Amino acid sequence: MATQLVLEKWPGLISTVTLGAKKEEGGSRAATVKIGGENTLPILFNEGSIPNKPAIAFEVWDVPPEDWPEELAGAYGKVLSDPFAWADKCVNEYKAQTLCVRMQGAHPDFGDKGAQEAAKFVSALLKKVNVPLVITGCGDDAKDNLILPACSEAAKGERCLIGSAVQDNYKTLVASVLADGHSIIAESPIDINIAKQLNILISDMGLGLERIVINPTIGALGYGLEYAYSIMERARLAALSGDKTLASPFICFAGQEAWRAKEAKAVPEQGIIWEVITATSLIQSGADLLVMRHPAAAEKTAKYIDALFMNK
Amino acid sequence: MFIIGELINGMYANIGSAIKERNKSEIQKCALAQLESGADALDVNCGPASRQPLVDLPWLVEAIQEITDKPLCLDSSKPAVIAEGLKAAKNKTIINSTTADPEKLDTIIPLAKQYHSKLIGITISAKGIPQNKDQRLELAATIVATCSEKEFPIEDLYLDPIVLPVNVAQAQMKDILESIHEFRIISDPAPKTIVGLSNVSQGTNVRSLINRTFLTMAIAYGLDSAILDPKDKELMDALITAELILNKNIYCDSYLEAYRKK
Repeated sequence: MATQLVLEKWPGLISTVTLGAKKEEGGSRAATVKIGGENTLPILFNEGSIPNKPAIAFEVWDVPPEDWPEELAGAYGKVLSDPFAWADKCVNEYKAQTLCVRMQGAHPDFGDKGAQEAAKFVSALLKKVNVPLVITGCGDDAKDNLILPACSEAAKGERCLIGSAVQDNYKTLVASVLADGHSIIAESPIDINIAKQLNILISDMGLGLERIVINPTIGALGYGLEYAYSIMERARLAALSGDKTLASPFICFAGQEAWRAKEAKAVPEQGIIWEVITATSLIQSGADLLVMRHPAAAEKTAKYIDALFMNK
Repeated sequence: MFIIGELINGMYANIGSAIKERNKSEIQKCALAQLESGADALDVNCGPASRQPLVDLPWLVEAIQEITDKPLCLDSSKPAVIAEGLKAAKNKTIINSTTADPEKLDTIIPLAKQYHSKLIGITISAKGIPQNKDQRLELAATIVATCSEKEFPIEDLYLDPIVLPVNVAQAQMKDILESIHEFRIISDPAPKTIVGLSNVSQGTNVRSLINRTFLTMAIAYGLDSAILDPKDKELMDALITAELILNKNIYCDSYLEAYRKK
């Protein structure tokens, strides 16, 4: 007798978040990227529907990154010193579907650029490339509260994903994102209770749960990956069981975390492997959007995703 | 927890007169208030004073269906009244209830099957109300066995251990709670459990406190469903918190609000 698999059906559904808006939708992107929308655990195609593959966003900065290890910086070469050329290379040479631009230059220690300058940069970048954008701040709350509303306004109607809102600092960003028609990244420090709370706080301000993407904060391989993995898994199980306040797609900054590991910088090629293993593990715990750095790592991860979805 | 709102009952003055006067909007207002407070289904009972329950129950069902598609719990001890309610119902239904008496089971179970209704089985019989846990289990086993025989799906069966007022049957409270746990191990798949909560505080002068304390304890014993007053906010808060403590929902600072957002 053939073995019969026990199939699990879930009542919950992860919301679908669309990145980018085409001309007819009020934006100027050539294509949009949808993330989320699944009603089952990752890769379990027989148990439910997984309409969208995990997507990869190439990380681009508005200023040349000073501390990127040689192997990573070398992959991009000269274009690192020109953000527009860098973005162009990602889109045209590496076929990036979406870019995640970090407004690092606004940080008081890395240029202290003002709101006007940041807005100008975002406008110019939107003209330069036609893929959807994820826009993140520099990590300095006070500064981000100045520049992100300006970036949001500059990208009005382009349906960007902007972040990050955190539990102690979300109101300014939520108001901007709400006004300009974007979605928001809600970031919690590997803490499922705060992730849930933050989603409620944001939705209480009128930004629907379907416009939130959770950044659960992850650790790279060897640096808490399994901890992040289990938090994501638990949140996803709750969401699929019907908890709407956790039913948001996940964004994971795999590149940023992987290249911080000393092992990633120790031996040639190892950094790429580190980034790929971190990213592919996170896919298995439910990551919907991976922000990656090394083009070779992004390529390998994309192949992995294609292989997973081949028999869908 | 599957919450059934208890307030549409002819024994309450407002509902009683609304039925008499065919005041639909009063019934619908009461239905909406319960649903907004978190009820998953609504109990519908035309009350002991109704002179024509065969007409009153279908009228109530139709009035409520105009404003919600949530399940309706048709509450009457008379099979003929329940049959009329089932005929009128477009929403999903729960029959409230059958006893463990063979004549009753023989009439009600086929009705439940015919209308794809869920069924509440209360552990009493013509012999009266059980006096201890063993008698409750025996009656529960009779109901489960009869349902199995008649091929009624056991997962659609809700067993009610009969909650008695604490000021009448204090010695039985522990037995009632333990019965909730033991009903679930009578068969596999397990029957579900339900209580008519408010009875526990009948005749006392701190009704809400007794209701929510009993409910919290019953939830710890594995209770699946309760017929209660969802507009009692403290009761609902206690229910949500009890489920939180049992790890049924993920904690966050606004967990009460989060639950109500569902």
